[in-house]
Amino acid sequence: MAAHAIVLRGARKAFGPITAVAGVDLDVPAGTCLGLLGPNGAGKSTTMRLLTAQAIADAGEIEVLGHRLPEESKAARARCGVVPQIDNLDYELTARENLEVFARLYRIPRPKRREAVDRALETANLTARADGVVDELSGGMRRRLLLARGLVHRPELLLLDEPTVGLDPQVRTELWSLIDTLRSEGVTILMSTHYIEEAERLADEVAIMSGGRIVARGRPAELVAEHVGREAVEVYGPPAELQEVEERALTGGLPTRRSGPALAVLGTEGSENGSLPGGHPRPANLEDAFVLLTGAEVE
Amino acid sequence: MGPAVRVRRLEPVAIGAVLSRELAVFRRYWRSTTFSSIVEPTIFLLAFGFGFGALVSRVAGYDYVEFVGTGIVATAVLFSSVFPGLFSTFIKRRFQRTYDALLAAPIDVEELVTAEVVWLALRAGVYGMAPLLVAMLFGLDPSPGMALVPFIGFLTGFGFAAFGVLISAIAKAIDNFNYVTSSVITPLFLVAGTFFPIDALPGWASTLAQVNPLHHCVELVRHAVFGLQPVADLAHVAVLVVFGVLMWRLAIWRLRLRLID
Ligand SMILES: Nc1ncnc2c1ncn2[C@@H]1O[C@H](COP(=O)(O)OP(=O)(O)OP(=O)(O)O)[C@@H](O)[C@H]1O
Ligand SMILES: [Mg+2]
Repeated sequence: MAAHAIVLRGARKAFGPITAVAGVDLDVPAGTCLGLLGPNGAGKSTTMRLLTAQAIADAGEIEVLGHRLPEESKAARARCGVVPQIDNLDYELTARENLEVFARLYRIPRPKRREAVDRALETANLTARADGVVDELSGGMRRRLLLARGLVHRPELLLLDEPTVGLDPQVRTELWSLIDTLRSEGVTILMSTHYIEEAERLADEVAIMSGGRIVARGRPAELVAEHVGREAVEVYGPPAELQEVEERALTGGLPTRRSGPALAVLGTEGSENGSLPGGHPRPANLEDAFVLLTGAEVE
Repeated sequence: MGPAVRVRRLEPVAIGAVLSRELAVFRRYWRSTTFSSIVEPTIFLLAFGFGFGALVSRVAGYDYVEFVGTGIVATAVLFSSVFPGLFSTFIKRRFQRTYDALLAAPIDVEELVTAEVVWLALRAGVYGMAPLLVAMLFGLDPSPGMALVPFIGFLTGFGFAAFGVLISAIAKAIDNFNYVTSSVITPLFLVAGTFFPIDALPGWASTLAQVNPLHHCVELVRHAVFGLQPVADLAHVAVLVVFGVLMWRLAIWRLRLRLID
């Protein structure tokens, strides 16, 4: 097996005047889970579509499971499972029928199809709803079915585009444990998300994407240490006061971020705390790094 | 580990998978499709057969019921191929994103279009028989040549389904289909020799009708039912094959532009 399940070298993709992917270099080592973290419009979905040749790069080189894209993408797709950001299940068909079509598409031989579909339904905890039409499933069930569809052929590589977007916290946690199980079974996972916690919980490494570029890459803890520091101080108060604290921090060379009613001054370790009135120290986190690197606020 | 996959063009497994999807969906709406495929020719036969039939008893050497009963096979084939080619293809691409889902798996646009068109052509071949069955109730005599009609329906339906897919891939919105329906499909349907012989038309119009693939379908069906004319019929088949292949390739080209960024 190739050491890297995915290799992107200088990949670019523009849509008219908009450059969605602006020269991305990215390796995903086989057997690991990489979280592609970025704000809306960062180019995550476009990067995912490049990997299934549903978008063709304008420049750069792409290799998936050792297959060169786009020429050999059909062979690569046969070994990948894909969970799209936007639900595209066949809503008129039953859960089972949805999976059966993909079991055929993924070349599972006829005698094994039934078993493969049953196993995928089981994995997604949908056995009881197997013969109900998709239209009648809840949002969480539909997401699980999308995942099951991408797993029906036991892919070596899983491309998950915002797998838990729009789900309530309980369903999200359920999906996380499912994804975690797959990872522990050795499936390589590339997962885009803009939920910090999702990346923190599931990913071995995180690549932060912004404006079509990878702006940082590493283990979550490394990214925090490198780009933020150890500690942050949160300051609450009236806007005028926060403004003043912000200016003082910036002149002192400390980055800040606003989050709701609070101002966080980052990388405060080593500076005298007394100069920050009413501040609550806390450990620096991945969210701080994300905001610093992308300039985006977190929902 | 994934199974070893041979990578070729137009793989039967990939096409079969899409056909199986269409069949599963069809199981849910075959009743309404079948209902209209029986009711429509009945109405045509009642309206034209009794309306016109009262004025003209024989046309081009046939009883009027025979003439219309065989002619509307082509209408059934046209409608059951071109309209789903237009609408359901557009809906699957644009709203249900079915094609996005499929193309993430090992299937390419060429296989996808081929499967969709073959499916609609098969349907057209089957539903093309409905007018003949209805016309038999109105007095059309059964003949062994009728067994050829599903094949003629398949061949014609293939071209028109691909034409529908082509237009659905070009159109930006479903409303734009109106341009094509009124300026292309309606004339094709009217000047195909279905309800009146095309040699009754002015010269330029009958020349135009000669390039209407549907006219060749009408001729083939009549000859299949009342007696083949080998040389002429080979020419009709050739026109339909050329039309089908041309539309098929164009549909693949345009849909690929839409589906692959
Ligand atoms: N088919 C397309 N045509 C035109 N522009 C596109 C197309 N697909 C994406 N874009 C543009 O490319 C940019 C990146 O989009 P992309 O969907 O890759 O972002 P994303 O990181 O997945 O965002 P989100 O978190 O909102 O899903 C956006 O500006 C988007 O408008
Ligand atoms: Mg996206």
